[in-house]
Amino acid sequence: MVRKGLIDRRTGLFLVVLFAVIVLIPLGNLLLAPGTAGHVPGYLLPLLGKYLCFALLAVSLDLVWGYAGILSLGHGAFFALGGYAMGMHLMREIGDRGVYANPVLPDFMVFLSYEKLPWYWHGFDMFWFACLMVLFVPGLLAFVFGWFAFRSRVTGVYLSIITQALTYALMLAFYRNEMGLGGNNGLTDFRDVLGFSLSDDSTRIALFVLSGLALAFGIILGRFITGSKFGMVLVGVRDAESRTRFLGYRVEHYKLFVFTVSAMLAGLAGALYVPQVGIINPGEFSPANSIEIVIWVALGGRCTLVGAALGALIVAAAKSWLTANFPEAWLFVLGAAFVLVTIFLPRGVIGLLDGLKPGGRHRHALPQAAPEPAE
Amino acid sequence: MRRLLPLLTLLCLAFGPLPALSQSLEALIRQLPEGSFSDRAEVVAAIAATLDERAVGVLEALGEGDLHQRKADGAILKVTGRGSKARAFDPLTGEELGPVPARSTTAIKVNNALRRAVRSGIATLTLMHRDPTRRLAAANAAFQSADPDQLEALGAALAAEQDASVAEAIAQAQAAALLASDADPALRVEAIETVRARGGRDALAVLTPLRASEVPLIAEAAAAAVAEIERSQAMWARAQNVWFGLSLGSVLLLAAVGLGITFGVMGVINMAHGELIMLGAYTTFVTQELIRGHAPGLFDWSLAIAAPLAFLVAGGIGVAMERGIVRHLYGRPLETLLATWGVSLILQQTVRSVFGPTNREVGNPSWMSGAFQLGEMTVTLNRLTIILFALVVFAGLLVLLRRTPFGLRMRAVTQNRPMAAEMGIRTGWIDAMTFGLGAGVAGLAGVALSQIDNVSPNLGQSYIIDSFLVVVFGGAGNLWGTFAAAFSLGIVNKFLEPVAGAVLAKILVLVFIILFIQKRPRGLFPQRGRAVEA
Repeated sequence: MVRKGLIDRRTGLFLVVLFAVIVLIPLGNLLLAPGTAGHVPGYLLPLLGKYLCFALLAVSLDLVWGYAGILSLGHGAFFALGGYAMGMHLMREIGDRGVYANPVLPDFMVFLSYEKLPWYWHGFDMFWFACLMVLFVPGLLAFVFGWFAFRSRVTGVYLSIITQALTYALMLAFYRNEMGLGGNNGLTDFRDVLGFSLSDDSTRIALFVLSGLALAFGIILGRFITGSKFGMVLVGVRDAESRTRFLGYRVEHYKLFVFTVSAMLAGLAGALYVPQVGIINPGEFSPANSIEIVIWVALGGRCTLVGAALGALIVAAAKSWLTANFPEAWLFVLGAAFVLVTIFLPRGVIGLLDGLKPGGRHRHALPQAAPEPAE
Repeated sequence: MRRLLPLLTLLCLAFGPLPALSQSLEALIRQLPEGSFSDRAEVVAAIAATLDERAVGVLEALGEGDLHQRKADGAILKVTGRGSKARAFDPLTGEELGPVPARSTTAIKVNNALRRAVRSGIATLTLMHRDPTRRLAAANAAFQSADPDQLEALGAALAAEQDASVAEAIAQAQAAALLASDADPALRVEAIETVRARGGRDALAVLTPLRASEVPLIAEAAAAAVAEIERSQAMWARAQNVWFGLSLGSVLLLAAVGLGITFGVMGVINMAHGELIMLGAYTTFVTQELIRGHAPGLFDWSLAIAAPLAFLVAGGIGVAMERGIVRHLYGRPLETLLATWGVSLILQQTVRSVFGPTNREVGNPSWMSGAFQLGEMTVTLNRLTIILFALVVFAGLLVLLRRTPFGLRMRAVTQNRPMAAEMGIRTGWIDAMTFGLGAGVAGLAGVALSQIDNVSPNLGQSYIIDSFLVVVFGGAGNLWGTFAAAFSLGIVNKFLEPVAGAVLAKILVLVFIILFIQKRPRGLFPQRGRAVEA
C-alpha cells in the first residue's frame, strides 16, 4: 500500500478536500443570499482563514518535530515574527488616516513621542519588502539559532528548553515600548492591504483563499522535502543521530536546513494570520502558545504533515466552540487532550484512522516503541 | 543646662526687667506679643528653657503664624483656618475653644530672626525630651537642617545627654551646624571628620557644598571626606545588590530544586512543576483561612503548619501523576513533557474554578514582617526567612539523598535500573517516591513564595521557565549545580537591573543562558560517565 511519489493517497485526499473548501466557502458567501442554508456569513471567513493559518503553522512544526526529531517549543516566535513583519506593513499603509493623522509615524509612535521612524521600519511601506521580511526574519533567526544549537549538538530536551527560553526572551523584549513595535498593545487598527479594505468580504475571501493555497503549498513542500533522499537522512537523524553522523552525514546541516525552512513557513502563516485577525501583539510569543502548537501536531499525528494540519483544525475549532459555550471547560479539555493523546494515541488521529485498515502505515512512521539507543 | 543657664542669666541682666526663669510657662506665653522682635526672641528662649513638653506645640504654632491674641482679654490662642472656618484652640492643652469671630483676634507677628529663635527653641525642647527616640529623631532632624542658630541648643543638649547613641547623633548634628557657621577653620575641619564618620546621604548633602569653600583647608578636607563617603556608599550599594541577588537566588533555588530531582535525577520533564508550586501556595492560603476562622491565636504558626501540608498535597499529586501518567512514558522525554503540560493546564483550571481567577490574600506572620538596618542597607525579615528556608530545604534534600537508605536506593535505581531491581529494590515504588519528593519540595516552595508573590492560578507559569533554565544551567542531575546556578543567576540579574532595567536584565540573562548551553550543553557541572549519553 506504500506509494512513492510526491502525493500519496492520504495527502491527495486532504488536498482535494482543501481545494473544495477554498472554492465552496467563497461561493457560499458570494452566491447564496443571506439567510438561506449554506450561506457563509462574512464574519466567518477570517475565522476559517485563521484556522488554515494554524494548520500551516502545525505543518511547519511537524516538519522539524515529526521528521527530524527537533521538538521546538518556540515555533510561535517564528509565527509571531512573520506576523509582525506583515503588521508593520499594514501599519505603514494606514498612512495619515490614524488618530493623530501623522503621514509617516504610526499612532503609537506619535503617542510615545518618537521624532522619526526607527531604522528597522524603513522599507516596510513597500509590500514586496514586507513579504520578503516575512520569510527572511524568521528564517534568519532560525538559521542563527540553529547554527549555534545544532553545531554544539544541543539535542532533545535541552533544545526544547532553550527554544522555549528564546520565545520567552522575545516576548519580554516585544513587551518593551522601547522596541518601537507597539509594546503591550502590539500593532493594530489596520485599514487595508494593497488598497483593498480589510473589512470588505472580497478582501476576506482573497485572504482565506490565499491561506488555503499557502497550506497546500506548505504540505506539498513538506512532502517534497521529506520524500527526497534528504528526507530519508532526516528520519535517520531522528531515530539514530550518532549513527547517521558516523555514516558520514553532516547531521547539523540537515537539521539546520529543515529548521530554517520550517521557520519560514511559520512566518508565512503568521503573515497571513495578522490581516485576518487584525492585531499582532507580544502575547503571540508566549511559551504556552508554542506548546499548544505541539499538541495540534501530536493530536493529528506526527510525521504525516496532513495529520498536523488536521490536528490544528480540530483543536482550533474545538477551542472556538468551547471558549464561547463552556469557557471553564476549555483548559480541562485541552489538558486532557495532552495527557490522553500522548498515552493512548502516540500516532494521533491519523494513526487511529490508519489503524482501521491493515497495511496503512506510512514509510516514515514513528517506531512503535521507544527507539533503542543506537550508540 | 549648665552652659545655658549662665547664658540666660546674662541675657536677663543685660536686658533689664525681663522674664525671670521662675516665671510659669503660662506667664511667659502671655508676654509673647509684647515688646520688640528681639525682646520676644528672649521670651522664646525662656520658654524653651522651661523644658516643658507642652511648649513645643506653642512654639510650632508661633512659627507657623497661627498664634493669636484675643483682643477682648489678651488671652493667647492657637487659631486654625481662615474667615468663618477659623477655630480656636488652647495652645498648651490643644483643647478646642470653639469658633473665632472675625477680627476678634490679632495674629502675633513673626519675622525671620524670631523664626530662627523659634526653631532653636523647638530644637532645645525636643533634644531635651524625656523619650530617647524623640531625642534621636530631633538630633537627626537638626543634622539635616544644619542650622548654626541651633548650635547653643545642641551644645546644651549634648552636655545633658546620658544615652551614648543619642549623644553621638547630637555631636554629629552639632558638627553639621558648626560647618554651616563661620567658626574657626580648625574647628570646622574637625567637624568634617565627625560628619564623615556618620556617612550616608545626609552627610554627603552637608559636605558636598563645602568642597567649594573659600578656605582651602576646609575645601580639601571636605573633598576627601566626600570621596570617602561615596566609596563606602558604592560599597553598600554593591552589598545591597548582592543581598537582593541572594534573595532572588533563594527563590530560584526553591522553585528549581524540586525539578532538580524530577528532571535532574530522574530525567522526567515535569511541566506541571510550576502548578505544584502554586498548589503549595494555595495550601498555605487554605490553612491560613482555617486558622483565621477557628484558632486565630495560632496565626503566627500558620506557615509551620502549612509547610508539611503543602508537602503532602503536592507530593500526593506527584505520586498520582507518576503512577497514572509518567510511568507509561519512561524513555520518551518529549512525550512526558506534553502529558505533564496537560496536567498543568488541568490543575490550573481546577484552581481557577475552585478559588476564582483573582489573587488571594496570604498574610505574613508577625515574626516575618518588618526589617532591620544593616549599615546602609535594609534587610527585610521575610526575605531573610526565605533565604534560610531555601538553605534548610536544600540541606535536607542533600542529607536525604546522600545519607539515608531511601536516597541510596534512589541513586541505585537512577544509575542502573535492572541491577537495582535484581538487588531486590522495588524500582516502581522508588520512582513514585522520588517523583513525589520532587513534587513535595515544589509544594514547600509554594509556601515560601506565597509570602512574596501574588497567589493566583498563574503563579506557577511565571516560575516554570526560570526553574528549567536554572536546572539546565547548573547541569542536570547535580543538586549542587542547581544551587550554584540559582544563586549566580540571581546575583547577575540584580547587578544588571540597575544598569539595564528589570526587563532587559532578564532578557540578557536568558540570552546568556542560551549561549552558555551552546558552549556547555550539559550545564555548569555536567554528570560524567557512560550512563549520561544514553
